[in-house]
Amino acid sequence: MNVASAASPSAGQTAAEAIHVENLHKKFGELHVLKGVSLSARDGDVVAIIGGSGSGKSTLLRCINCLENPTSGIIRVNAEEIRLKADSHGNTVPADRRQIERIRSKLGMVFQNFNLWSHMTLIENVIEVPIHVLGVPRAEAITTAEALLARVGLAEKRDVYPAFMSGGQQQRGAIARALAIQPRVMLFDEPTSALDPELVGEVLKVIADLAREGRTMILVTHEMKFAREVATHVVFLRNGIVEEEGPPDQLFGAPKTEALKQFIRTVG
Amino acid sequence: MDLLALEPPGWGGNLLRGLLNSVIIAVGAFGFGLAIGIGGAYGKLYGGPILRDLLEVYTTIVRAVPELVLILILYFAGTDLINRVLEALGYARIDINGLVAGIWVLAVVQGAYSTEVLRGAILSIPQGQIEAARAYGMAPMLMMRRITLPAMLPFAIPGLANLWLIATKDTALLAIVGFNELTQETRTASGQTKAYFTFFLAAGVLYLLLTLVSNQIIARVERWSRRGMPSVSGSTR
Ligand SMILES: Nc1ncnc2c1ncn2[C@@H]1O[C@H](COP(=O)(O)OP(=O)(O)O)[C@@H](O)[C@H]1O
Ligand SMILES: [Mg+2]
Repeated sequence: MNVASAASPSAGQTAAEAIHVENLHKKFGELHVLKGVSLSARDGDVVAIIGGSGSGKSTLLRCINCLENPTSGIIRVNAEEIRLKADSHGNTVPADRRQIERIRSKLGMVFQNFNLWSHMTLIENVIEVPIHVLGVPRAEAITTAEALLARVGLAEKRDVYPAFMSGGQQQRGAIARALAIQPRVMLFDEPTSALDPELVGEVLKVIADLAREGRTMILVTHEMKFAREVATHVVFLRNGIVEEEGPPDQLFGAPKTEALKQFIRTVG
Repeated sequence: MDLLALEPPGWGGNLLRGLLNSVIIAVGAFGFGLAIGIGGAYGKLYGGPILRDLLEVYTTIVRAVPELVLILILYFAGTDLINRVLEALGYARIDINGLVAGIWVLAVVQGAYSTEVLRGAILSIPQGQIEAARAYGMAPMLMMRRITLPAMLPFAIPGLANLWLIATKDTALLAIVGFNELTQETRTASGQTKAYFTFFLAAGVLYLLLTLVSNQIIARVERWSRRGMPSVSGSTR
């Protein structure tokens, strides 16, 4: 894995905005988890989110596709702002379910625990959303899915159920499922944290390949070395605020805040 | 044995017709009960507070009152209610078909139990699979059809299998409202011939056969529903 961040086709001022988050707040009851977070990704950017456990990384990622409803703030995906409203209990909820579904179908989410559908074979998992949500003809969806499975090295697992695959295989399958919707942005939430150490490499390699081909990604990770290699921009989250951010070489090479220095010392 | 001959004066044909009626009612009651159960489980899990309270009242009452009593209440009160409504609206009273009434009465009972079985099964689905469906933009109905129902099936099958077997036997309770299912036919035949032992033994055998056939089918459905799960005993598929 040797992906120089400078080599990725990112960050050109001309690239269009893919994700824009502004002054995002999220409370769970009394617990104020995100306290005004801003973040943006242009086409081709690989934004790595790092930070200690409980700092709000997952919550931030999950707010982007409304798996959690933000308490306040602005979220734009594909230059389309998510419309929110207050419900009868005073919670903020999406104003338009269809809009959320449309936005979600452009975001390829990869979870820590894979979350493949257990009653479907691998290929059925990969063609499910293209066929039933996006309306792709079945034959076409299968052709695409087979190519994607070959790409992540799982061609021969096509008709196997997830429970009969290793964690690394399941996660590569989950990445194929995400790619099958031709996502505008890929969202990864600690994709290797649930894996045995010897299986981490095969998954990181697939993600690195995606970064190299210019996929737009937001990646929550504890793999600091990997973040430094693939990211175009790194965000350090602490206690629900962006404590420090910048290009990876700057953040990892010359951290400014005491908190980040300490974090890198303990994790790296 | 002449008594059990299929052609009159034997009573075998009547018994088999009774069995057929029992099976039709059981299938109908179980099927509609399942539909009520799906609605009830979703209502209990995702509905508003009023709907949830109403469903709680429904499942509690149905499960608290003896089935025989419920059947009498639902059958007589139900048909009476329908006719009163019809009269109030200026229509003529109707004679409610015993088969249809029987199916609905048992479906109401089955629905209460199905609601609880399915609610538990939906709660057993690994939460991440539901979350993935949401994350990929599935609309609620699509998610129910493609993800929630098939994923909860392995957890629901044992409970539903019990409900089906109970449904086949609850049909006997409809004898009390004079419906010609297997038990009623048996009573008629034995009453006329005084051969009680022969006919009730024959009926018992028919109920047993129904259960044995059911078990075969249930085992197949269960194996199919668990196709994505490693077998508990350790050997693979
Ligand atoms: N659904 C929830 N309800 C209540 N609290 C939650 C919920 N999800 C997360 N939290 C809390 O929010 C904080 C941030 O969680 P999370 O975003 O998962 O952190 P991270 O991914 O950085 O480890 C934690 O204190 C966690 O306990
Ligand atoms: Mg997390």
